[in-house]
Amino acid sequence: MTELLKIENLKVNFRTFEGVTNVLNLESLSVAKGESFGLVGESGAGKTTLAYTILKLLPIPPAFVESGVINFEGENLLKKSEGEMQKIRGKKVSMIFQDPMSTLNPVFTTGQQITRVLQHNQGLHKAQAKKRAVELMNLVKLPDPENILSKYPHELSGGQRQRIIIALAFSCGAQFLIADEPTRNLDVTIQAGVLQLIAELIRETNVTVLFIGNNLELVSLICDRVGILHRGQLVELGSIKEVAKHPAHPYTLTLLRAIPKEKREKIDLTQIALKAEERLAEKGCRYAGRCLKKEKICLEEEPALKHIGGTHYIACHL
Amino acid sequence: MPSARVERKPKMLKFILKRLALGVLVILGVVIVTFIMTRVVPSNPAAQWVGPRATPEQIQAAKRELGLDQPLYIQLGIYIKNLFTGNLGKSLKTHQPVIEELKNYLPATIELVLLSTVIAALIGLPLGVISAKKKDRWLDHFSRFFSVGAVSLPTFWVGLFLQLIFYRWLGVLPLGGELSTNIKLFYQVPHVTGFLLLDSLITGNMVIFKDALLHFILPGITVALYPIGLVARMTRSALLEILGEDYIRAARSYGLPESTVLWSYALKNSLGPTITVLTLSIGYTLTNTFLIEAIFSWPGIGSYIATSILSLDYPAIMGVTIFAALAYVVLNLIADIIIALDPRVRL
Ligand SMILES: Nc1ncnc2c1ncn2[C@@H]1O[C@H](COP(=O)(O)OP(=O)(O)OP(=O)(O)O)[C@@H](O)[C@H]1O
Ligand SMILES: [Mg+2]
Repeated sequence: MTELLKIENLKVNFRTFEGVTNVLNLESLSVAKGESFGLVGESGAGKTTLAYTILKLLPIPPAFVESGVINFEGENLLKKSEGEMQKIRGKKVSMIFQDPMSTLNPVFTTGQQITRVLQHNQGLHKAQAKKRAVELMNLVKLPDPENILSKYPHELSGGQRQRIIIALAFSCGAQFLIADEPTRNLDVTIQAGVLQLIAELIRETNVTVLFIGNNLELVSLICDRVGILHRGQLVELGSIKEVAKHPAHPYTLTLLRAIPKEKREKIDLTQIALKAEERLAEKGCRYAGRCLKKEKICLEEEPALKHIGGTHYIACHL
Repeated sequence: MPSARVERKPKMLKFILKRLALGVLVILGVVIVTFIMTRVVPSNPAAQWVGPRATPEQIQAAKRELGLDQPLYIQLGIYIKNLFTGNLGKSLKTHQPVIEELKNYLPATIELVLLSTVIAALIGLPLGVISAKKKDRWLDHFSRFFSVGAVSLPTFWVGLFLQLIFYRWLGVLPLGGELSTNIKLFYQVPHVTGFLLLDSLITGNMVIFKDALLHFILPGITVALYPIGLVARMTRSALLEILGEDYIRAARSYGLPESTVLWSYALKNSLGPTITVLTLSIGYTLTNTFLIEAIFSWPGIGSYIATSILSLDYPAIMGVTIFAALAYVVLNLIADIIIALDPRVRL
């Protein structure tokens, strides 16, 4: 298996009024060619920050990359200039964004936005780009393409917009796709359809995927392997089967139980909700403060990822 | 599903008609208020009409001739009735129809105002964009310093200062007027639209065009300064907000070049508010121009209104006031239409 994306020792911080907060601290994470890797974590874990860091779209300031390497096809993206990144964005690495309501430009029609990207990335002429845009609308199963392409984003529903954003992500043959909670801000009734569309397109195009989600069940529909992100750190890593069937990290356990299902006993959601004022401890496990099983060592030493069998890893002392 | 834009046209027309009706009411109000104000000030229009050496009988006759013996509300009624036929009465001083005099003086003012506004947009927009792009760098500081100065310096001071530098010290630009005296003497000044720069250009009269352009520079800059600062500041603040939007980050994620992102994706979003403010500022610029014209001896409506006010020539004062009110109403209408053109705005 060849690695398409390999992240090492990545530290991303935000400088705020209260000082510097570490938002991402990834020792090592790699995604193999053709693989669908899922990243799961609660709100504020740093999932979107990771996506932006890969594409070098972080708002700097307040964000800054303290250290690390992000190798894509063997080249460190963090060392690339803005001009070089422009050749990678959209063409090699593309992204589906979290919020379809704010991702499209409100003063251009969807058609203008798609053809602009096609013209620039693929050197198509206007007529060719328009034709290709219609094909893309068919690809994402939007009926009456010409009509949709002549509309402004505010004239379309959230589901329609997200399909257009998906079309944009698949428009220029990128080999690596970052999907940042693509169904999170959609109506429950249309989530399944959009998710199915993404799954189909991934299968058809053989694209390598970093799929971000906030629950394991959703991610398991798309992904082969999954990483659990907690406050910027990977706490568990393994195949979907390993992590879903045999969750080993205390955080993963609560996360799994957080999926609302009648069968599962209701647990106290406040227990896993991050409090804003909760600061990172100087040392020790970042989960210790909320961990029900914590021991003395948890407060003193930061646990590293350790192998617990198969492809399964956890970062926990216990 | 019917397209939202098909229904938009009749709605737009209704919207414009409604605004127009409102505008007519506004102008009517202005007419009534100005008429009463110019007439309650103690003055003797009839005596002015016949001149300083007239006998009491002549003044009485003039009073009857001008309808000044009627009650004020009847006079107002007659004035409004005449207004609808484009008759603004005759100037008490020159005995010329006010409408004709306006036609004489207005083009120079309109040319000065419109050209300066275009210049303001052409300079202010890029200044604002660069300022936003280079936020907190020296270019931004310079541009902000310039814009704040431009909107806060008194215009007459700027005008005098420019004259001091470019006429007195450097001697490269004329002091005032629209054309040099010798050009006026030796050349036939073209008269097509009344806009001197335009007329000399379309008749291919380059000597006059060049001279007119040199005369335009100082008053033009003086008039443009305020809207330049306004546009630059509006564009900067609008862009700063827009550059943080998700759709800008998304545009970058598609690999679009920064120039497209900035000058097309971001700028188009900021254009609505900026153009609206610029349009509305023309009204302010117009009244500001009256003063600047005086400094630069610009043969526009500014000098006309100044002499009219000093001699309490009420038909002339009314005429200029109605023109100014009309300009405000039209500019407001244009601004409303620009806002309504934004597809997101519900009519
Ligand atoms: N512009 C910013 N300024 C300061 N802090 C920020 C900024 N953007 C993000 N952060 C911080 O970074 C952390 C990670 O944010 P991020 O958006 O990556 O979370 P996420 O996992 O994507 O969450 P969500 O599920 O809500 O999208 C958050 O705790 C947030 O406080
Ligand atoms: Mg997020």
